Amino acid sequence: MASPNDLQFQEFEEAAELLSADPGASTLSMSASNTPNTAAGGEDVKLDLSEDEEGQEESSELLGGQKPTSGFWTFEYYQSFFNVDTVQVLDRVKGSVMPLPGRNFVKHHLRSNPDLYGPFWICVTLVFSVAISGNLSSFLSQMGDPAYHYRPQFHRVTIAAVVIFVYAWLVPIGLWGFLTWRQGTERQVGGYSFLETVCVYGYSLFIYIPTSVLWIIPFEWLRWTLILVAMVISGSVLVLTFWPVVRDDTKVMAVATVATIVVLHTLLAIGCKLYFFQTAIHVPSPVTTPPPAHITLATTAH
Amino acid sequence: MAAAEDASRPFAGLSDVSISEDIPVEGDISVPLGSSRRDDEFSTLDEPVKETILRDLRAVGNKFIHVLYPKRSSSLLRDWDLWGPLLLCVTLALLLQGGAADSDDQGGPQFAEVFVIVWFGSIIITLNSKLLGGTISFFQSLCVLGYCIMPLTVAMAVCRVVLLSGSGTVSFAVRLAVVTASFGWSTFASTAFLADSQPPNRKALVVYPVFLFYFVIGWMILTFSP
Repeated sequence: MASPNDLQFQEFEEAAELLSADPGASTLSMSASNTPNTAAGGEDVKLDLSEDEEGQEESSELLGGQKPTSGFWTFEYYQSFFNVDTVQVLDRVKGSVMPLPGRNFVKHHLRSNPDLYGPFWICVTLVFSVAISGNLSSFLSQMGDPAYHYRPQFHRVTIAAVVIFVYAWLVPIGLWGFLTWRQGTERQVGGYSFLETVCVYGYSLFIYIPTSVLWIIPFEWLRWTLILVAMVISGSVLVLTFWPVVRDDTKVMAVATVATIVVLHTLLAIGCKLYFFQTAIHVPSPVTTPPPAHITLATTAH
Repeated sequence: MAAAEDASRPFAGLSDVSISEDIPVEGDISVPLGSSRRDDEFSTLDEPVKETILRDLRAVGNKFIHVLYPKRSSSLLRDWDLWGPLLLCVTLALLLQGGAADSDDQGGPQFAEVFVIVWFGSIIITLNSKLLGGTISFFQSLCVLGYCIMPLTVAMAVCRVVLLSGSGTVSFAVRLAVVTASFGWSTFASTAFLADSQPPNRKALVVYPVFLFYFVIGWMILTFSP
């Protein structure tokens, strides 16, 4: 049992020595899912060889949060945020849809390789799915009305885009800044990097995409059930991720932080439903016909 | 005697040779340029204007034909041009006009919105594929994505013709079939050209935004109501 661990440890030492000698050298990471042509040189030496938790914690502790070494003006800097394969993205999406109480999304699924592909394209898909489904649902609800003329309502795409992108990118900025300020000097105990926060928020919005498509079905009770289910699932992804971080804080701040996360998430879901999926509340013609009949009767009586 | 001496010491007699000033020295020291013949092949300055325009038009037409019958050819990728995408985008945006007779903001997309969606959508998809490690160049990808809008533009023209005969359920069914077919054709054509330049384990990550892009354009075409 001792020799395989010793061999692993030796490899890491040798690689670390080489890396310290030449920090700009490109490194091959050993995990099976990464392809050799990672663009950022000297990004990190990941020994993701085993599934056990202690191996992961050891590597993340030693690495202390991955930072690409190229400057932010180079293309390779941004390429390091897209270093994911199809199976990894699908795995992260699955993890956001099925939150299990023992699994922290960041530790289990991101594993110090946060990406920007998922958050960005999930937001774009959600914008279009909400706008298109809202348009379809208003068309279906007013189809029988002869006075109704179909309108594509394209301005809703702009509104949806603004709302969803502001939520998915500004709220993580605020939350990360707040958590970093509360952490103070204990940086390495559990604080998430900014990318990981954005990543969690982005992937947690995925459940709303099928929900918004199912909202086309015009039953109110079904819509409220769906929105409750979606809020519970994505809210629990967020809560399970951020609870271990705020747990060490004072009780009041911890509860307040988690409550704020949940409330903002709820506001987004309910706001989207109320604005994009308005049901026709006014009853059309029969209300307006009796008064003219009264007037004509009155005039003929004269 | 002097000759034998001279022969034994080469260049010996040259040290005291001087040319008197009244002997004219003349000649032609220009080197005949062998490159003038190569120049004629590349220099297009002297050709008639019709020839210049026709060459570009032939290239654009050639690419349209390649989109109609998508096979994995590299000529579309190698000699990119953006005339075709510009022409198609302007045609599509013009055809999508007149959708809201009362021009309130409940109507369809305006000209600028169509333009922005097509061009910024193409740019974002290109950036996405390059960030994921694709080997295609920026303008080649823009060229392919723009040319593959052609089936959807044709579908838009067909939809406008169908809408002239009324906007009932039958016309909607016809329009739906036409738009779905052209959307599938566009996506298939563009992935046939783009698929080779991606690393194999990320192909789906690159194809999905292309699918979403053509889906949104197809939606704009389908919901056009005069």
